[in-house]
Amino acid sequence: MTSASPSLAPIPSASTEPSAFAEISQETLALTRRLFVQLARRPSTLVAGVLQPLIWLVLFGALFANAPEGLLPGGISYGRFLGAGVIVFTAFSAALNAGLPVMFDREFGFLNRLLVAPLRSRSSIVFASVLYITSLSLVQSLAIMATAALLGYGWPGGAGLLLVLVTLLLLVFAVTALSLGLAFALPGHIELIAVIFVANLPLLFASTALAPISFMPPWLGWLAALNPLTFAIEPIRAAYAGSFRLTDVVLVAPYGSLNAATCLAILAGLAAGLFLLIRPMLDRKLT
Amino acid sequence: MIELQHLSKRFGGRKVEPVQALDDLSLSVPAGSLYGLLGPNGAGKTTALRILCTLLAPDAGQVQVAGVDALAEPRKVRRLLGYVAQDVAIDKILSGRELLHLQADLHHMPAADRLARTAELIELLAMEAWIDRRCGSYSGGMRRRLDLAAGLLHRPRVLVLDEPTVGLDIESRATIWQVLQQLRDQGTTVLLSSHYLEEVDALADRLAIIDGGRVIAEGTPAALKGALGGDRVTLRVREFSDEQEASRVRDLLQACRGVRQVVVNRAQGYSLNLVVEDSGVVETLRHQLAEAQLPVFALAQSRPSLDDVYLQATGRTLSDAELSVAGRRDLKEERKQSMR
Repeated sequence: MTSASPSLAPIPSASTEPSAFAEISQETLALTRRLFVQLARRPSTLVAGVLQPLIWLVLFGALFANAPEGLLPGGISYGRFLGAGVIVFTAFSAALNAGLPVMFDREFGFLNRLLVAPLRSRSSIVFASVLYITSLSLVQSLAIMATAALLGYGWPGGAGLLLVLVTLLLLVFAVTALSLGLAFALPGHIELIAVIFVANLPLLFASTALAPISFMPPWLGWLAALNPLTFAIEPIRAAYAGSFRLTDVVLVAPYGSLNAATCLAILAGLAAGLFLLIRPMLDRKLT
Repeated sequence: MIELQHLSKRFGGRKVEPVQALDDLSLSVPAGSLYGLLGPNGAGKTTALRILCTLLAPDAGQVQVAGVDALAEPRKVRRLLGYVAQDVAIDKILSGRELLHLQADLHHMPAADRLARTAELIELLAMEAWIDRRCGSYSGGMRRRLDLAAGLLHRPRVLVLDEPTVGLDIESRATIWQVLQQLRDQGTTVLLSSHYLEEVDALADRLAIIDGGRVIAEGTPAALKGALGGDRVTLRVREFSDEQEASRVRDLLQACRGVRQVVVNRAQGYSLNLVVEDSGVVETLRHQLAEAQLPVFALAQSRPSLDDVYLQATGRTLSDAELSVAGRRDLKEERKQSMR
């Protein structure tokens, strides 16, 4: 212990404020780094997260392997049809769980540490989760796509890959925002897990992940055509089928036909809307 | 430096009986002082500090730190403050050093400064031996030192600590006390809450005693104790007396010259607390008790302590107050409010 360390003297606060961008990036990167360090030291989530969709792909693909030729629109094989659904569902599940670490931070009091710090924007907490989940989803998606290619279900190619990336980013942003909003609004992790549990599988079955709308009774077709997952699945499926033009029609819904650009715009709108919705929740207590 | 004015905060409501955590609490902490907030558990200390640190909004009242309104400009106040919370929240997976680096980034410190400052604090708080181990393996004392380092990282002008030494080993406590005194000597305003009398007595330049969400006494420890005057005497005629006997003794004592404020303390087996003007009075007392054929099981005499200040103001000792308060707090609701 030093007796007269000058380090203890307080400093006057800086008179000029650095740019918001620099500060928000510093906060966001630091929070993201924390999530990645946690992942590196506890890799089980990553291992499980990569294995699970592969199991989905292999099992579901095998389940419908003997489906009659020409059953699906465009005459593609079920495995090829399924790939897009599994990619989107995997990213969706990961993003839906994004609120859990934040909820645990809340319960253990770690969040107070973040909230008592002069964060330039508390949105940094959202951005960090989005960065982390998106990177994780990309790793998972690449594993799924590689496995799908090995199983002979095809490969989307360079431009298709870009489309996959953009679509996932939008979906992950929207769902992460939703999950973080729940993590702030619900009383505890039990309730959050309950909501995740109830939302997860029904959203999968009420989407075009496992079957096209043409297979569904009208009421389910409507649900699927309004389900955000569908707006992410169809552009990716189109990319797998070799269509990379944003103007190509990718979804034939009961209310009309949508092209890829419209699907992406809907996802972007959803992401922006949910983000604006949870912003006040982050600042709820003061301001 | 810190001005809390007419703070009120109520917890609970619809389902549970509301608890008035703060009831028109006002407090003024001079710049550069080490200020103690003394009170039993549940007196409102933590609530007051959480409001000061912008983690909780008061129902009514004003908060100013260095002239900045904490309710209007919370971020400015967060820059000025270092806060060491009661429940130390750390990330078990990160090492202590990684946690400090994270904290530095959250305060937007430049990279070079971050490294230098972390190294300084590691040395100051004697953390070299274990700082690169994961936080999950730390003892309570290590966690508290790490948390103090995290609170000091950005060189705050005001350091706020909530019960910083509860349950700590003697070495960690001594380290923390020493650092707090150094900080004060070098110009940092330090505000700490405690329900340890001796801690506040030993450290604080000034203190406020809080009870039931309001300030019931304020001043320097010496002035508060001096204002009471006389010596404190605790007398027991038997290990466990009864009300009848106690009131008999009380009547006898009240008749003596130089004795004042005779209080029967039921919580402690009907012992008697009294104030005597000088030591001679105690001898007289012994004679009188012997003449009345009352035994003396125990008789303790001491200079007034902060507990006497508390006793004088509230009619009960600090430890009795903690017991009575424990029953009427709604910890679940408080926890819910504290979980952001």
